[in-house]
Amino acid sequence: MDVFVNLFVAAVLAGTPLLFGTLGEIINEKAGHLNLGVEGMMAMGACAGFMVGYQTDNLLLALLGAFGAGLFGALIYGVLTVTFMADQNVTGLTLTIFGVGISNFFGEYMLAKSAVKSLKLPEHILSSLAKIKIPVLSDIPILGKLLFNYNIFVYFGILLAILCGIYLYKTRAGLNLRAIGENPAAADAAGIPVTRYKYINIMIGGGICGIGGAYASMIICNGVWISNCVNGLGWIAVALVIFATWSPYKAIAGSLVFGAFSILKYYVPKSVIRIPDSIFDMMPFFMTILVLIITSIRQSKENAQPKSCGVNYFREER
Amino acid sequence: MSKTEKGVPFIRVEKRAERTKSQSMKLRILSVILALIAGGMFILAIGYNPFRVYMTIISGAFRSEMAFQATVKLMVPLVIPALGITLAFKMRFWNIGAEGQIIMGSIFATYFALFWWELPHVVLLSLMFIAGAIGGALWGIIPAFFKARFNTNETLFTLMLNYIALYTISFLRDGAWQDPQSSGFPKIARFGENAILDKVLGVHMGWIIALVLVVLVYIYLKYTKQGYEISVVGESQATASYAGMNYKKIVIRTMAIGGALSGIAGMIQVSGSDMTLASSVAGGVGFTAIIIAWLARLNPFGILIVSFLFSILEKGSTVMQSTYGLSTYSADVLQGIILFFVLGCEFYVRYRFIIRGKGGTE
Repeated sequence: MDVFVNLFVAAVLAGTPLLFGTLGEIINEKAGHLNLGVEGMMAMGACAGFMVGYQTDNLLLALLGAFGAGLFGALIYGVLTVTFMADQNVTGLTLTIFGVGISNFFGEYMLAKSAVKSLKLPEHILSSLAKIKIPVLSDIPILGKLLFNYNIFVYFGILLAILCGIYLYKTRAGLNLRAIGENPAAADAAGIPVTRYKYINIMIGGGICGIGGAYASMIICNGVWISNCVNGLGWIAVALVIFATWSPYKAIAGSLVFGAFSILKYYVPKSVIRIPDSIFDMMPFFMTILVLIITSIRQSKENAQPKSCGVNYFREER
Repeated sequence: MSKTEKGVPFIRVEKRAERTKSQSMKLRILSVILALIAGGMFILAIGYNPFRVYMTIISGAFRSEMAFQATVKLMVPLVIPALGITLAFKMRFWNIGAEGQIIMGSIFATYFALFWWELPHVVLLSLMFIAGAIGGALWGIIPAFFKARFNTNETLFTLMLNYIALYTISFLRDGAWQDPQSSGFPKIARFGENAILDKVLGVHMGWIIALVLVVLVYIYLKYTKQGYEISVVGESQATASYAGMNYKKIVIRTMAIGGALSGIAGMIQVSGSDMTLASSVAGGVGFTAIIIAWLARLNPFGILIVSFLFSILEKGSTVMQSTYGLSTYSADVLQGIILFFVLGCEFYVRYRFIIRGKGGTE
């Protein structure tokens, strides 16, 4: 039993940064923009969040910094793809190169400037990143450990996913956004300000990705700056968007599954069954492909990528 | 709100009359100059002299025969996959799986290098070449089949296949293909002499293959029936069907060829450059190649030029590191800034902004 509790907890912790990246990318794609810069925006958020936290020792400011950095990356992407109508794939890939580059560059720059040649977050912020003990609830046997024994990011991520779901499916603005993602010309004709919606949502999505990056640099790396701390999480998040079939709610469960795959190799005893690590690493992508194929065979429109995704909208060409 | 009394937005976008070739060329050169200025500001901001850094990059790529050879060596794995991507992009099949196709090609080629190494040199290399092409083609056919049959999203499919290919390397490295002499350390053995690509003028002959392929792809696209079919499918799938073309066949065939090209690049990397198979065999070139193909506007000779510029930047940045102690990451930042500008300027080739009340040129 203990093994399963530990496995579940570890899967939640490993899945949380993916959840943020996925939510950000879902919002981007719902606006009709396949943003392949998730990895870059997460890296920017990782660096900004860490450095702000390092300087101010304040978690809220650190998160704002991470959000702002991701938002800035998304703004570049938005200007180029929405206004300048540049190719989305190419712009996204460039954003990844740029974001990862500037994050590592700035990290090394700060490392070189620091006296001890290493950067560690101050005590206060580290304590606010630790597991939150909820009175009574955390002490329930098993259940307390399963559900009420996490750091603040985990709860925030789940809350955010639910908020995203409400936004997309229960509000007028969310309906408008989904209309834009499916058919921007029709949405435009219906009087929805397409450009403004696209900008705002792309930027918010980027900001959320940035917070996922902060998780990588502040929690996964235990508060010590390490170059390349995001290390491919952004790409897994892009896969998770498909696995969750563009639904923020399913993204919660999906991030748990993907998180489990990333840590399962440490929990399956090698003495019982020898499964190579690479199989575990491969599984998320393999399952994503299966979902992709199944949804396309069933031609289910609600479980597919927003229709205008990847195609820039030019008003006079409709 | 930027709307006015008449409902005309403050700034709007309009398609401009087709620019002439020389006009668009001038615009692109201007965009590169602007990009270099923006990059220069970044260099200035971090406390270095932009002119000297740029000079270091250029001289770093050309300063000696060896440096130039290294630059060419960097260029080969960019050119060939970019050609493969061009074929797919021409028919609007958004193949972002060149990375995986390169890796699969390298895996297939490595099989012969590891287990058939006693074959004569030329025979072995030919087998590796064919195997590489088949491996890449296979990794191109899979998403193409599902696209043609079920209209499965190819962008996402090819992206996922990259990672499956990548982890296949570690699967083989940790298991069946582990070097028996590495005493448990997970790595694949170094290739024998027979499996290593010959050098011509100091660089492995991959550069000759690349040049030949550039010409072949140019001819294929411009002068063959199949090349014509690709461009028709790219224009409109419906048109192609009305004209009696077999859409499914064209998609699968083109992706087989495009994947094969990337696979060949993978074979060249393991045989000519790395001399073994490691997870870093593609190392992101499949993604860079997409950017290159797009910047070259899907023109094979353009790919040659753009790849060369990318290689200069990449080689030069290593010299920048050794001369100024600047981390190679600054090259990524520089590359990003330059690309952002070029991407933005491309807009002006086809469109223009019209500011309200100033649209006098209409």
